[in-house]
Amino acid sequence: MRVKVRLFGAPREALGRCEIEEELPSGSTVQDLMDLLMEDYPALRSHSGMIRMAVNRKYVSLEAQLREGDEVAFIPPVGGG
Amino acid sequence: MRVMRWRSYLLSGEGRQQMNEGATKLFEITTDELSADEVVGRLADPDIGAVIAFVGVVRGSTDGREVRYLEYEAYPEMAEDVLQQIADEIRERWKTIKEIAIVHRVGRLEIGEISVVIALSAAHRREVFDAVHYAIDRLKEIAPVWKKEVWTDGAEWKSEGWQKEGGEP
Repeated sequence: MRVKVRLFGAPREALGRCEIEEELPSGSTVQDLMDLLMEDYPALRSHSGMIRMAVNRKYVSLEAQLREGDEVAFIPPVGGG
Repeated sequence: MRVMRWRSYLLSGEGRQQMNEGATKLFEITTDELSADEVVGRLADPDIGAVIAFVGVVRGSTDGREVRYLEYEAYPEMAEDVLQQIADEIRERWKTIKEIAIVHRVGRLEIGEISVVIALSAAHRREVFDAVHYAIDRLKEIAPVWKKEVWTDGAEWKSEGWQKEGGEP
């Protein structure tokens, strides 16, 4: 299955792009996707410890299961206001 | 709180009523310039006794360092959902709060420009203060919005970090 990963802030700058497409085996979790991203994009590794993940615009745990077409987001520590 | 200087004030009912034409979003991420009056005008209910507007303004220095400008970024679709969620939480805690509008600006903001406006209304004044305080704290805690401080000699993404460990915010 394919999912879209959106990037913001520091990790977006580190990678130089705001979107990635990843191919994963069906049944994969958010953690599986994280592992794959860290392997494919070493520039993201230094950010991974502080990242929260969102799927389809909601914060999720790393155990959450992904589905075909999901929009995943890499959410570094926020700082609005 | 380190980057912003806050102003909050009560607005009279008369001034507010003039701003009610034109339906707009109550929870919005925008690149447009913000005005407290305009956001207060999004609250359409005339049967209210008090409105509070909380205005976040870009401050010119942080930790003694001179800031040239701020660059705000958001995950806009999710951020608007999160702002709605914050409003739902407020109505759950303070039953007398009637209407809520939260608008955050993104893009390059100069010193002195408004980054966020939160407007709340209620029949009586007491709870609007607590509710608006909750709203800005919660926004800073969970809304997917980021800011980069740009100085003359560098730049940095600013955050106070995730405040709760693990689980969903």
